[in-house]
Amino acid sequence: MLARIGVESLDELFEAVPASLRSRAELKLPPALDERALLRFFAARAAENANVQSSASFLGGGAYHHFVPAAVDALASRGEFMTAYTPYQAEISQGTLQMIFEFQTLICQLTGLEVANASLYDGASAVAEAALMAARLTRRTRICVSAGLHPHWREVLRTYGEGVGLALETLPLDASGRTVLEGVGGDCAAVVVQSPNFLGCVEDLGAAAKAAHAVGALAIAATAEALSLALLKSPGELGFDIACGDAQSFGLPLSFGGPYAGFLAAREKHVRQLPGRLIGESVDSSGERAFVMTLTTREQHIRREKATSNICTNQGLCALRVTIWLALVGRRGIRRMAEINVALAAYARRALTRAGLRLPYSAPVFNEFVVEVPRLAAKLERCRGLGIQPGVPLERFGAEHADRLLVCTTEMTARAQIDALVRELAA
Amino acid sequence: MTAPGRSGLVFREPLLFESSRPGRAGVPIDDPDVPLVDVARELGADLIRDDVPDFPELGELDVVRHFTRLSQWNYGIDSGFFPLGSCTMKYNPKVNEVVARLPGLAAVHPLSDEAEVQGVLALACELEAALAEISGLDRVTLQPAAGAQGEFAGVRMIQAYHRARGDAKRTRVLIPDTAHGTNPASAALNGLEVVEVKSGADGVVHPEALARLCDASTAALMLTNPNTLGIFETHVEKLAEVVHAAGGLVYLDGANMNALLGVAKPGHMGVDVMHFNLHKTFSTPHGGGGPGSGPVAVRNALAPFLPVPVIRREGDRYLLDDEFPHSIGRVHAWYGNAGIWLRALAYIRTLGAAGLTEVTTRAALNANYVLESLRDVYDAPHARRVMHECVLTDRRQHDQGVTTADIAKRLMDYGYHPPTIYFPLVVAGALMIEPTECESQETLDGFIDAMRSIAREAETEPGLVTGAPSLPIVRRLDEVRAARKPRLRWTRSP
Repeated sequence: MLARIGVESLDELFEAVPASLRSRAELKLPPALDERALLRFFAARAAENANVQSSASFLGGGAYHHFVPAAVDALASRGEFMTAYTPYQAEISQGTLQMIFEFQTLICQLTGLEVANASLYDGASAVAEAALMAARLTRRTRICVSAGLHPHWREVLRTYGEGVGLALETLPLDASGRTVLEGVGGDCAAVVVQSPNFLGCVEDLGAAAKAAHAVGALAIAATAEALSLALLKSPGELGFDIACGDAQSFGLPLSFGGPYAGFLAAREKHVRQLPGRLIGESVDSSGERAFVMTLTTREQHIRREKATSNICTNQGLCALRVTIWLALVGRRGIRRMAEINVALAAYARRALTRAGLRLPYSAPVFNEFVVEVPRLAAKLERCRGLGIQPGVPLERFGAEHADRLLVCTTEMTARAQIDALVRELAA
Repeated sequence: MTAPGRSGLVFREPLLFESSRPGRAGVPIDDPDVPLVDVARELGADLIRDDVPDFPELGELDVVRHFTRLSQWNYGIDSGFFPLGSCTMKYNPKVNEVVARLPGLAAVHPLSDEAEVQGVLALACELEAALAEISGLDRVTLQPAAGAQGEFAGVRMIQAYHRARGDAKRTRVLIPDTAHGTNPASAALNGLEVVEVKSGADGVVHPEALARLCDASTAALMLTNPNTLGIFETHVEKLAEVVHAAGGLVYLDGANMNALLGVAKPGHMGVDVMHFNLHKTFSTPHGGGGPGSGPVAVRNALAPFLPVPVIRREGDRYLLDDEFPHSIGRVHAWYGNAGIWLRALAYIRTLGAAGLTEVTTRAALNANYVLESLRDVYDAPHARRVMHECVLTDRRQHDQGVTTADIAKRLMDYGYHPPTIYFPLVVAGALMIEPTECESQETLDGFIDAMRSIAREAETEPGLVTGAPSLPIVRRLDEVRAARKPRLRWTRSP
C-alpha cells in the first residue's frame, strides 16, 4: 500500500503536518482494556449508581420510567438501522426513510397537527426551536413563557433565544397550579405552555391558545410526559399552532438524561419555517412508492447561514425506538397505559392525603404531582437507605418549593411501593 | 474480483397504518393493582380526548416483521463498505452496546440524588479528561447533543468571552468556503454575521487572505482541520496568529478528528475552542441520523463560560455544579446524550493511546491508497497528499454524460455505499471518500475495482451508469415531485 502511495513509511503520510505540531509523546490515557476487562470496569462503575429497576422510583420531572417491550431493543439493535446514517442516498435508505415517515405520522396523530419533523435533540431544544420558528413567522421577539415550563427547558430556551435577541417573559402559576394568562402582551411572538406542567398540573390549553391568538401570537404547547397525549385533548384540537416536547416516554431508556427524542409538529402552512429534517412520499423512476428527504432548502447543508436551524444529525435511532414502541403498544394499549398512570397517581394522592400530607395544587394531574412533606431532607435520607427514590425535591428549583416533593407514578409502579412511600413520607 | 453487490429476497412492506387491523395489539397491558378510575371524572371531561384515530393496531409478529423488512432496505456499516466523506463511518464495536445497556447506566434517572450517580459522574469526568488530553485543551463539557449543538455552544462561549472583556463589537465569524454547512448556520443562530474565506488553489486557507478579512469586528475563525478536502491546513499556526492578533479566537470543527488522534493536538495549533463528534471519531452508532454527541473543549480562558451544569470533583465526590455566574447557560435538558458518550468512553478505553494513534495512521493510509489507486481515472482537484479522506470529481466522466450522482447510484449496484457527493461545494461534482481505518486492503481493492469499472462503463456503456441503481428495493427517486407536492404523513384519504 505504501508503494502505491509513493511513500516509504507511515510517518511520511503526515508530512503536511508541520514538525512543530507533530505530537512527540504518546497520549496520556489509561491502558487499553480487552473486552472482559472493559465490561468489568464499566460494571463496577454502574454498580455505584441507583437505578429505577432496583429501586422503588418515583422520579419524573421530565424523564419517565415506562415499560419497554422486549421487541423494541431487539429491532432497534439491528445493524442495518443502527449503523446507517442520515438517509442522503434514498435508494439504499428506504428502511430509515419509511420509518421516519411513520414517526412523523404518529407525532401528527398524537399532537393533532399536520406536519412533524424527523426529531430534534430533546424536549428542551424542541421548545427553543419552536420559539425561534414563531419569532420568524411573526417577526416579533418577545416570548411569553409559562412558569410551569420545565426549568431546564426554559434555561435552554433562554440560551438559544439570546443569540437572536428573543426576550422571555414569565406567566406565573395561580394557586391551583395553572398558568395565569392575563399577562400575555400585545407584541409577543408566542405563548409557551407546558401541559402537564412541571408541577404535574394539566393546563387549560384551550384558554392559552385563545390568549395567544387574541394578540396575534402563535400558541406553542410543550409536552414532557408524551404519554399524556394519548389521553388529553391534543394541542391541535385545542387550536395550537405548534406542539413540541420529548418522546422519551415511548421506549427510550432513562440513561442519565439522553439520548431522548425531541419532537416538533406544526400547521401545514408553516412548514417552510420548520427546522430539521422532513421525509416525504414520492415515487421512483418505475412509479413505485418511495420515501425521500424533502424541502431540504430549509436546511443547513443547502442554505448554510440562511437555514431555519443549524441542526444536522438528529436523534434518528431514538425516533426508531419511539416508532417501534408506539406500534407495539398500539391504539388501545396506549390509552390503557395512560389510564393506568392516572389511576396510580389518583391512588397515591388519596393515600398521601389520608396520611395527613398536603397536596398544594388543586388542578387535575396526569401521573405526577407535588406533595408537601415536613422535614423532607431527613425523609429523603431515610428513603435512600430503603431503596426508595421518593421523587424530585423541588427546593433546587426555587426556595418557595422548600419541603415540596414532585412524585411520579407510572405503570411500572406497584401499589406496595406507593404504600411504602406513603408510610415513609408520613412517618 | 467479484463485486459484493447481489440482490437477495426482500419483501414489500406497507406502512404501519395500512397493515393495521382493529382489535390487534402487540403487547398486553394488564390492569394495575389499584382500582382504575373514571378519567373523565378524575380530570374533567373537557380535558379528555377521544382515542387517537387511525393509530396502529398490530400484533407483535406483525411489528417484528415490519421493522425487520424495513431494516433490510437499509445499508449500514454492518452491511458493507461505507466511505461517506466527513462522516467517519467506522465500525461500531458491539461491546459498546452492552456497556450502554447495563442497568446501572441505562436505568439511571437524571434527577437522581448526586450521591446515587457517583459512578456515572466519574465516567463523565474520565471521558472529559481523555478528550482534554486528545485535544490539548483544558476543559470539556459533554452537554451538547451533536456536533452542531457543540458549534452553537462553542461560538456562544466565544461571544461571552469577548463580552466579558468589554469587547462587544465583535459580530463577524470568518468561515472558509470548504466548511460544513453547520458552521455558518451555528454562527447565524448566535446572531453573528458570516464572512466567507476563500481557500487557495492549493486547497488550504492562506494567512494573507485571512488577514485581509480580520479586524476589530472579528469574533472568531471557524476552521475545519484537516479541511473537507482531506487536506491539513498547513498554515494553521499562522492563521491562528492572524486571528489572535486581531483579537479574535479560533474555533475548530472537530468533525475530522479521525485524522489527528495522537498525531497532533488542536490546542497546539492555536485553537481556543473545538467540538468533537463522538459518533464520528469515537465509533458511536450513527443510528440512521443520530443520536450524536458533540462535546466541546476549551482553553482555561473560556472555562468560566462553559454551559451549566459542570461536573466537578471535590475530594472523592463528584458534583454537578450550577453555580457558574458567567456560564452561557444550559444547551441540553440534562447532561447530554449520556448513552452515547458512555459508548465513546468504552471505545477510548478499548484502544488506549497506542490504539488511537494507530486509528489515525491507518485512516490516512487507507485514504491515500484509495486516492492514488483512482487518480488516473478520476480527476483529483489537488495534487497533494491527504489525511483521512480524499476528494475526486466527475470532470472526466462529465464529457461522457455521466455525473457524480450517476457514479454514486451505480456504486450501489456494485454493493457499496456511495461517498459524500457534491461536497465540499468548492469542488464541482465532488466525490468525497473517507474509507476509515477499519477496512482491509481487500475491501479497498474491491471498491477501487468498482470505481474503475464504473469509469470504463462511463466510456463504453454510459446507460448502465445513468440508469443505476437497479439492485436496491427502489430505483432513482423523484425528488422534485416530493418537494412540489409535499406529502409528509400518512392519512386515510390522500
